[in-house]
Amino acid sequence: MGTEEKQIKHAADHAAEGAGGGPILFFIIGLAIALGIGWIAFPKALYSQKQQPFDFSHSLHNGLVDNGCESCHFFREDGSYAGVPKLAQCIGCHEDVQGSTPEEKVFVEEYVKKGKEVPWLIYSRQPDCVFFSHAAHVKVAKMKCEECHGPIGESKNLKPYEQNRITGYSRDIWGQNIAGIKTHTYDRMKMDDCADCHKERGVKASSVQTERDACFVCHK
Amino acid sequence: MKIDRRSFLSLGVGFGAGIALSPLPWKLTDDSSIWTQMWPWTPVPERGESRYVNSVCTLCPGGCGISVRKVEDRAVKIEGQKGHPVSNGGICLLGLSGLQLLYGPYRVKYPMKRREDAKRGQGKWQKISWDEAMSEVAKKLGDAKDKTACIMDSDKGTVPQLFKTLLTGLGSPNFMRTPSVEDSFELALLKTCGYPASAGFDLENADFVLSFGAGLLEGWGAPVRTFKANSLWKDKKVPVIQIEPRLSNTAAKSDKWIPVNPGTESELALGIAHVLIKEGLAKAEVSDSFKKIVSEGYAPDTVARITGVEAGVIVGLAKSFAAASKPLALCGRGKGATPISLNETLAVYALNALMGNINQEGGLFAVPQPDYIKWAKTNSNASVSKLLYGKDASLKALLVANANPLYSLPDTQAVKTALDKIPFIVSFSSYMDETAQYADIILPNHCYLERYEDVPAPAGYHKPLIGLSRPVVKPQFNTKHTGDVVIAIAKAMGAELPYDSYETCLKETFGDTWEAFQKDGVLTADFTPPAPSGKIELNETSLKPVALEGESSAFPLVLVPFDSMRLSGSSIGEPPFVIKTVDDTILFKNDICIEINPKTAQSYNLSDGKYARLTTPKGSAKVRVHLYEGIMPGVIAMPRGLGHTPGFTGNDKYLAGKGVNVNELMGSAECPDGLNAAYGIRAKLERA
Ligand code: SF4
Repeated sequence: MGTEEKQIKHAADHAAEGAGGGPILFFIIGLAIALGIGWIAFPKALYSQKQQPFDFSHSLHNGLVDNGCESCHFFREDGSYAGVPKLAQCIGCHEDVQGSTPEEKVFVEEYVKKGKEVPWLIYSRQPDCVFFSHAAHVKVAKMKCEECHGPIGESKNLKPYEQNRITGYSRDIWGQNIAGIKTHTYDRMKMDDCADCHKERGVKASSVQTERDACFVCHK
Repeated sequence: MKIDRRSFLSLGVGFGAGIALSPLPWKLTDDSSIWTQMWPWTPVPERGESRYVNSVCTLCPGGCGISVRKVEDRAVKIEGQKGHPVSNGGICLLGLSGLQLLYGPYRVKYPMKRREDAKRGQGKWQKISWDEAMSEVAKKLGDAKDKTACIMDSDKGTVPQLFKTLLTGLGSPNFMRTPSVEDSFELALLKTCGYPASAGFDLENADFVLSFGAGLLEGWGAPVRTFKANSLWKDKKVPVIQIEPRLSNTAAKSDKWIPVNPGTESELALGIAHVLIKEGLAKAEVSDSFKKIVSEGYAPDTVARITGVEAGVIVGLAKSFAAASKPLALCGRGKGATPISLNETLAVYALNALMGNINQEGGLFAVPQPDYIKWAKTNSNASVSKLLYGKDASLKALLVANANPLYSLPDTQAVKTALDKIPFIVSFSSYMDETAQYADIILPNHCYLERYEDVPAPAGYHKPLIGLSRPVVKPQFNTKHTGDVVIAIAKAMGAELPYDSYETCLKETFGDTWEAFQKDGVLTADFTPPAPSGKIELNETSLKPVALEGESSAFPLVLVPFDSMRLSGSSIGEPPFVIKTVDDTILFKNDICIEINPKTAQSYNLSDGKYARLTTPKGSAKVRVHLYEGIMPGVIAMPRGLGHTPGFTGNDKYLAGKGVNVNELMGSAECPDGLNAAYGIRAKLERA
């Protein structure tokens, strides 16, 4: 190859580069793969999906009880919150099969008759390091259940429970949106969300000692 | 297009930028931080309904009321029960750690029998059924008949009465109670007041406290109550004078510490009585014989020579004691885990009697023994010294319940020899303690948080009171209430017992009061104490300091055990929470420390932290030296409550191999009234 020829080749290469071919393309490919991983594959991989023991319709039950959510999710005598109902509460109505749904049959036969508690997976369970008092929020601050839990009372089915593979906690704490963006108050249940609401409502004196919001109000 | 190094770099940069623009790094950081705050292997109590169950702690004779917090079926915390007459919301370290004795690895989980090919204490067991176990015991006891004996930590309440009834059915009088200062109190009160009584002290109302070695802050009486009384004294500025050879916690926190030669407390008490009588400070009459002995033999100068306390101090003590309106004199070494001589008890009783405070507010009460168990048919009463230390080798069977003689009695070797002579030993222990390990068969009782039991007469309490210990949780293992087992065995042997189960026995024992007892957890009774007679008869044959075992030429030093609030001295040993609090001047890593005065140490060329061999006529141990000005020269103090040898698999690192059991070095020195009044033993020390 003569000198001239070499020069031509070099110029051609240069032209290609100048047109923004290789590096930018690869940059974009890299970017696209990473974005795909970060936004789509990662959330899928992070959460495992579990099914509840059997399906349950909140809306159906809501129509049958007198006292709204508190009919089943009640406060105990000592003011503590009972959470998800135990068999003892359900038995009042479901001693025997009442309706015609296959779910109820499973419930009565597998659990009620055998005296076995239903191992419900709880969407809104906070990590163990969090102390949360329902009484303070519902009884004192008169908040509605929906503010944190959303319109679950109208749901006809139970969605799959998504469990974070690292922490073991429910996806509903971080929220469905992997970026952590929320449009409703009930979309997320992270500490910042608690803090936002406390700030908005001017909950300052939650600590008697400091008359401010303090870490140990929730982290005992 | 050419793919070169730059392309890969671009790809990498693009990938990096993409990841940074995705939620992945932030979410991962958040998740991993949550994960690290909640290690999945950290135990967290189950969520659920929480409630409190009130019961009575039976880990020591204190009888404190406890409130156990439960979440669903799991007990998660033991707290003091507010308003309880003995402990009013207070609780001690051991009581607080009781859950580790419920859920810890120390339990005997099912009936067990020593394997035929194994010797006693080898730890080779075979699991047997309750039916097999009970019929074997019934058969063996049927053979042993009146050669059966039983040892327990208490002789009051329905369970001891069931054992006594069983023995009576067998024609055996051999019921023993582990010796303690209660023996001295009961004997002294029987002799002075004329009726069977326990000693009660109205601590809360006293306005001057003169304590002859009582470890008020070491676990004396009902420990929580005594602590509370001590705080009350501080608030009310009640003077507390502690007379003791060693600067104990009680001495350090008292208003005045009076070091006294070990074993001469009774002489000091008599010296004070001498001043009270001679100076006309006495407010009540006592027997002439007592006055005569004291007036003739216990002038302050004489007493000063014996006790090492100056005559002027003795006179001063007597005057300030008499000047108080409700002075109270106390005795019982340390926690009161060992008896003291009858004369010492009588001498201290006399100080109270001379001040007219017997059965009076702020004074010493002779609380009548509980007599609510009408069905008991018992004539059992025997002493450890005869049956276990004596020459008598006729025992054929021994039942051990709520007691651990192989650990808690002095002279471990002698106890072992005695046990070796008994062909059949049954342990009812919930735990694999030293004696259980040495048994032939173990019929494990429910642990104290799983069972009903009446708990009469908390130590040192001045009113008749019975507490109700009740099941807080369901039995965790295949254990059985000892009451039920004894009833079943007694029935199998044809004994007459009106009850089929322990629970009916308990209910019917209390009859009409059962409901109220269930509800309140305590039963109190009014009692009108008879006027004291003033009768005090000292045993003249023993009016000299107790002679300790050992020749002073071969054993120039004196070893005294001491108690600590952080060492329970319970038969089970310390749960992990408790052992973690023990000072490194008591237990250094796994080595037991002895307290020795720097002067004594110097003559042995020992410095702090050095190892030495401590030998007594009974045994020998390697110890670590702790130089301490608070112990007299020539005296060595050694903590009581260490050196447990737990016998369960897995060799628990919190209990096993920690120090030495001081009882291996101790002997006995019986006072003429049959009480082992040894306050120590002669000893020698060598560098190791
Ligand atoms: S003092 Fe005795 S009875 Fe009271 S809590 Fe402590 S161990 Fe239990």
